[in-house]
Amino acid sequence: MTDLSRRDLIAGAAGFLGGAALGGLPLALEGQGAAPAAPSAPPPPRPVAPRPVAPLDATSMPGAPTAALGARSEYFAPTRIPNGTPVGSSRTPLQDLTGTITPSDLHFERHHAGIPTLDPERHTLTIHGLVDHPMSFTVSDIKRFPQVTRTYFIECSGNGGAGYRDPKPDTTPQPIAGLFSTSEWTGVPLATLFREVGVKPDATWFLAEGGDACKLARSIPIAKAWDDAMIVWAQNGEPLRPAQGYPMRLLLPGFEGNSNVKWIRRLELGTQPWMTRWETSKYTDPLPDGTAQIFTFEIDAKSVITSPCYPNMIAARGWHSVNGLAWSGRGRITRVEVSIDGGAAWHDAELLNTPQPKSTVRFQYMWNWQGTDAVLLSRATDDAGYVQPTRTAMIAERGAYTDYHFNQIVGWKVDRRGAVTFHGET
Amino acid sequence: MRPVHVVCTVVVVGLAGCSRTSSIPNDATNSSFASYDAGAVPGGPGAKQSYALGHAAADSAIAAMNQDIGPDGAELPAGRGTVARGVVVYAAQCSQCHGAKGEGLPTFPKLVGRDSAGAPKPEFQFATTNKTKTIGNYWPYATTLFDYIKRAMPFATPGSMSDDDVYAVTAYLLSTNAIIPDTVTLDATSLRAVRMPARDHFVPDNRQPTATTKE
Repeated sequence: MTDLSRRDLIAGAAGFLGGAALGGLPLALEGQGAAPAAPSAPPPPRPVAPRPVAPLDATSMPGAPTAALGARSEYFAPTRIPNGTPVGSSRTPLQDLTGTITPSDLHFERHHAGIPTLDPERHTLTIHGLVDHPMSFTVSDIKRFPQVTRTYFIECSGNGGAGYRDPKPDTTPQPIAGLFSTSEWTGVPLATLFREVGVKPDATWFLAEGGDACKLARSIPIAKAWDDAMIVWAQNGEPLRPAQGYPMRLLLPGFEGNSNVKWIRRLELGTQPWMTRWETSKYTDPLPDGTAQIFTFEIDAKSVITSPCYPNMIAARGWHSVNGLAWSGRGRITRVEVSIDGGAAWHDAELLNTPQPKSTVRFQYMWNWQGTDAVLLSRATDDAGYVQPTRTAMIAERGAYTDYHFNQIVGWKVDRRGAVTFHGET
Repeated sequence: MRPVHVVCTVVVVGLAGCSRTSSIPNDATNSSFASYDAGAVPGGPGAKQSYALGHAAADSAIAAMNQDIGPDGAELPAGRGTVARGVVVYAAQCSQCHGAKGEGLPTFPKLVGRDSAGAPKPEFQFATTNKTKTIGNYWPYATTLFDYIKRAMPFATPGSMSDDDVYAVTAYLLSTNAIIPDTVTLDATSLRAVRMPARDHFVPDNRQPTATTKE
């Protein structure tokens, strides 16, 4: 047993006893959005697994047999960063991933009362309120409707907070941007279901409610249902993972993560928003002028370089692919620019896949590093003409203590030895 | 002029053809489903026709799930609770996570805290100062308290409290936030009448999606 796994066991036992001391309650972490870690001593070094042993010549012997389930290479073991509580989050290791799709077991999590266990033969979706025919649909009913498959990102409203208020140099892409994942989703357009039940003309909002222990509920403008909302039941070629809403969830392309209600069990149509806790006390945006914006659904254009990044060293002079992810909840990414000098000059990056509305694109800029200091930044523009702001501009507009919807320009500082650290002060 | 009109017509026809192609729901353009109904689905039942899937939802089944309380409080149930009863229920059901007086614990939210009465807008400063949001200084609707407590609390046994006890805890939290006197008995009528201090600070999303903030 390594030192680290022993430490984990001790920490786990302490957490269990702490929970027991609270009358059996699991320790919950409830902060503003995705609660930043409490200030404390620097985190312990990440575990370094013993390097797997490979034969000197793999061609000299037969390899492993086939297996019922595949596994990642022993040389590649990406993990999320969970806080291990029912009211909590885990973050996608963006620095370990390629392309745009997030492997389902690495999709970020943000739950408000844990992950429920739902039997797909008992779970139903009920649609009622201002409709002609209040109806319930089983999961197998939902799967009999014509299905559509689309690729969209989901981003937690609190993503990016760790790199905003108090940027720290020893930060990887995972804490600053890992509440963001992209999947291929399959389901039925919500418009199809709304036509089935006959939505009355005076309905202007609907409430979406989950089947978890807090019955998480959000009010959504009905226009979203007629546009591109979906009830999805599959993710990346298989049923949804429990942590992503099994057996079905609401998918609202481009809207903040919290409104994409998981474990969806009920949709109620009405004439005004319900003003639930998650759309008033949480997920609202106070401004310096003493107001607070409510129902700020759309994710504004954003980008992050995922390679190079902390804690890696750039080991060799010469050509390197500076690449990362860009997205907008309002439309297509039309342009990503990269700077290698902290924003003095900007260069158009290559977009590695065809940008689609409210989806993710990987960008790349080739960089010939010659052992000099550099500050790598990326800046996204969407088809509405919106350009990702600097942190300075965002603080002026939104204040330093805002809790949600961070999309400021961030990047990486490279020193002449090749050491890479997070650069948040843009 | 006439030849120009002819050209325009051709262009319009061409665009119509393009938009038809891009409205295929399963293509990669993530287009709107606005015109995607049963009539657009190959083999489907045709426009305005139903797939006849699912089953009618019984009123009783809907009522068992639908306990939403909107901001006008129209759905508030019968029942009532005093602040005094709320003190007892809070101590038993809430204090182990939210603290003896709603002050919160390191990982559970603080519930109590008020700006001074009649506070001007500058005191509603959550963007530029590190100020904790509470029921008293931030929540815009009192009905949200009843909805959320009944929906999700107490954390370990959600849905276990009677409507009377939900009214009582709501009364206690409004009273200890200095929003209602501690002599009030809260019921549907009196809860509907509560106007929260932060109510007028909330404004619709007025971001400028096309704004260029490039410096």
